[in-house]
Amino acid sequence: MTEIVKPKDYKSAIKPIWCPGCGDFGVLSSITRAFAFLKLTHEQTAVVSGIGCSSRLPAYLDTYGFHGLHGRALPVAAGLKAARPDLTVIAAGGDGDGYSIGGNHFLHACRRNMDMTYIVMDNNVYGMTKGQPSPTTAPDWPSKLAPHGTGIRPFQPLAIALSSGASFVARGFAGDPANLTRLIVEAINHPGFSFIEVLSPCPTFRPEQKEWKHAVRQWQEDPADDPVAAAGRIHADDGMSTGIVYLSELPAWQPGSEQSTSIERLEQAFYV
Amino acid sequence: MNNTNTVSIAITGSGGSGAVTTGMILLKAMAQAGFYGIMSRSSGPQIRGGESAVLMRFSDHEVYSHDDSFHVLLCLDWLKIERFADEIPLHGKSLLLGDTDAGEIPGILTEGGAESLLLPFKKRAGEIEGGRSNMIGLGVLAMLLGISADLMKKALQEIFGHKKDRLIIEASAACIEQGMKLHPFTRPPLTAAWQISHAQRWNISGNEAAGLGALKAGVRFVAAYPITPASEILEWLSPNLEKVGGALLQAEDELASINMIIGASFGGVPALTATSGPGLSLMMEGLGLAVASETPVVVVNVMRGGPSTGIPTKSEQADLNLALFGFHGDAPHIVLAPTHIKDCVFTVQWASCLAEQLQTVTIVMSDQFLGQSRAVVDPPQDFSMPCERMTPSAIEESYQRYELTENGISAMSIPGTPRGMYTADGLEHGPHGTPSSMAQDHLSQMSKRRDKLLKYDFGERWAEIEGAGDTAIVTWGSVSSVVQEAAQRLRQTGITIRVITVRLLMPLPLQAMKSVQKDTKRCIVVEQNQSGQFYHYLKGLDALESQSSSFARPGPLLLRADEIVAFVEQQVKHD
Repeated sequence: MTEIVKPKDYKSAIKPIWCPGCGDFGVLSSITRAFAFLKLTHEQTAVVSGIGCSSRLPAYLDTYGFHGLHGRALPVAAGLKAARPDLTVIAAGGDGDGYSIGGNHFLHACRRNMDMTYIVMDNNVYGMTKGQPSPTTAPDWPSKLAPHGTGIRPFQPLAIALSSGASFVARGFAGDPANLTRLIVEAINHPGFSFIEVLSPCPTFRPEQKEWKHAVRQWQEDPADDPVAAAGRIHADDGMSTGIVYLSELPAWQPGSEQSTSIERLEQAFYV
Repeated sequence: MNNTNTVSIAITGSGGSGAVTTGMILLKAMAQAGFYGIMSRSSGPQIRGGESAVLMRFSDHEVYSHDDSFHVLLCLDWLKIERFADEIPLHGKSLLLGDTDAGEIPGILTEGGAESLLLPFKKRAGEIEGGRSNMIGLGVLAMLLGISADLMKKALQEIFGHKKDRLIIEASAACIEQGMKLHPFTRPPLTAAWQISHAQRWNISGNEAAGLGALKAGVRFVAAYPITPASEILEWLSPNLEKVGGALLQAEDELASINMIIGASFGGVPALTATSGPGLSLMMEGLGLAVASETPVVVVNVMRGGPSTGIPTKSEQADLNLALFGFHGDAPHIVLAPTHIKDCVFTVQWASCLAEQLQTVTIVMSDQFLGQSRAVVDPPQDFSMPCERMTPSAIEESYQRYELTENGISAMSIPGTPRGMYTADGLEHGPHGTPSSMAQDHLSQMSKRRDKLLKYDFGERWAEIEGAGDTAIVTWGSVSSVVQEAAQRLRQTGITIRVITVRLLMPLPLQAMKSVQKDTKRCIVVEQNQSGQFYHYLKGLDALESQSSSFARPGPLLLRADEIVAFVEQQVKHD
């Protein structure tokens, strides 16, 4: 007898604080669909986040969750996975959280290539603090904090993930839950660090992002397993292509731990 | 602590002269001869080599502090000796040993009237193939201390045992024998009147002891970011943790290391990291998260000279304010300080057990002197203590992670437990863990986090109380050994002293603290920092019963018993 597992089984009773039309709703439903497709055991799944609108996500899921500090989702996830390799560990957050304050952790999480998935809901803006430019904001976008625009070129999440050593690099779109669900399923199944940058529109501070649904498309090619080819594809793109751009079988890292002695034996080394 | 029958020896040399190796061999040989001792290192900023000094004190009983001055200083050369002159005070009866061929003795060493003796270290070493001056000098020290050539050779073999080249051991043994014949000392060996112990003893550093304490408590996850002078805790744990089934993760920075141990602990695995002041500063936000989310974690902070990068290689007790008050918001937590090198085992073990039981943060305040000094001591006592984290037994549908309970402790469900799912949060939350900004939830959860510490019985180990008298000396951490030595000297002059060494700095058991001062007239708080951080903390708590004063001075020089004695005498006379 096969038990029927539904996406809504993975939703908690807590109602999201997100604005109507927020892209993060699409990401949440894609995550629950992916969990249902994979039939993840609720108690064997942990979703870790930082701070920001999208980082509220763990509480909306019926799994274990950790809503930590701004920028620090990945180290919490790494510690959890290192201590508990039996768990399915997913980190989630936004562009400010992951690429700005948490930027260093992003580099090292990619490099470490532990078996976990990182989903970044990118809306090119700090929403929770009401509309400041983020690392992925275009240089000419005017805001209260930068009335003339930042004048700084945006951060390139996919290129940086690739060059830092992530073994699964993808882009998804919150407004295309069918394809995003597939990406999340493949990311969770991937043995190593899987990174999905999700274009997740902010209707409140970036209403123009409603147009993203007309601009996104799918990469036609299969994922590259050659980083040079993948880099070429990423740099040639306008940031609106979705799908897996890079996939490789780099060994996933997990700290070694095998009990082979007792503390009493270790103490022998201290005798004069 | 008995301060008779001790001898203090320092060895200095420039980079590559082998001062540290000489000290290691001597400590081992003295241990095997049946004595006790400590060995501290003082080095310059060079990454490799550079001038270094080894400060040693030997005795026929456990000894944890250095004397006011040194009986013997062996200088392998005079280069940059001025850097160490303040750290190695000599007196009129000190013996200064130097090399005949090393040039003129710097005046800074002889101005106190030390007797100097120049011997041909280099020349004799040159006569032996592969011979080195430091081993000739070591032979002279062996002679002065009354250690046989056989014992020296045994120690040599154990220190150099990993080196395949037999020549090194043979040449060194030959040098030591030559050194022993170099000068006909007429006085009896410095250890002539000492008791020899046949008991089994340990040779351990405070940092190793801290690592061992962590394993004994059940710590099985460590996140590591290297920092002087704490790295040896992490380096000792790395291979040993693995052997007992634990895991170590090297972090990209201290922001990561604190969050990694939070993640591991959330996963149900007792977790710890070690750092020093700059790292502790970076960890403060994470520590607040651990307090708010009630995730047990331990940080061993091995203090060095501050502020900022300060003096990474030298000791100071100046991070206390940070450990006590560095959090934003009201964040009840535990701060402990080990009382001596061996006590790092117990205090770190206790720290982790308290963190687990109370689901909170424990910071352990070690320092460079405690951490990087080695001691030959009787093996530590094995303490068993409750160490269990409270987890839910049978979970019903309405599981409340942050349930309001009588003692403030609520069962923590561990991932993998069916029906125990919850989201841990640094946001204020209600009993289920759901974020909440309601006054009622904030007040009740704040009380929960405070009361679980206030209602806990920390027992007798909150402090070590020694002696009775009109004068109480209150102290903490690494300086407590030298305070005890000062107290002993004061007692010999008829001043009665009670020494209160506080191990549980926060939450301070106020009633107990007042009761141990009941019969004292004055109280002196001794610590190694500029501003009297512990003194002001105690004053703020109104924890000092009688007339009180502060004896606080910054590092990097170790506190000496004679300066504490002088301060106490002046206070007593003043009254």
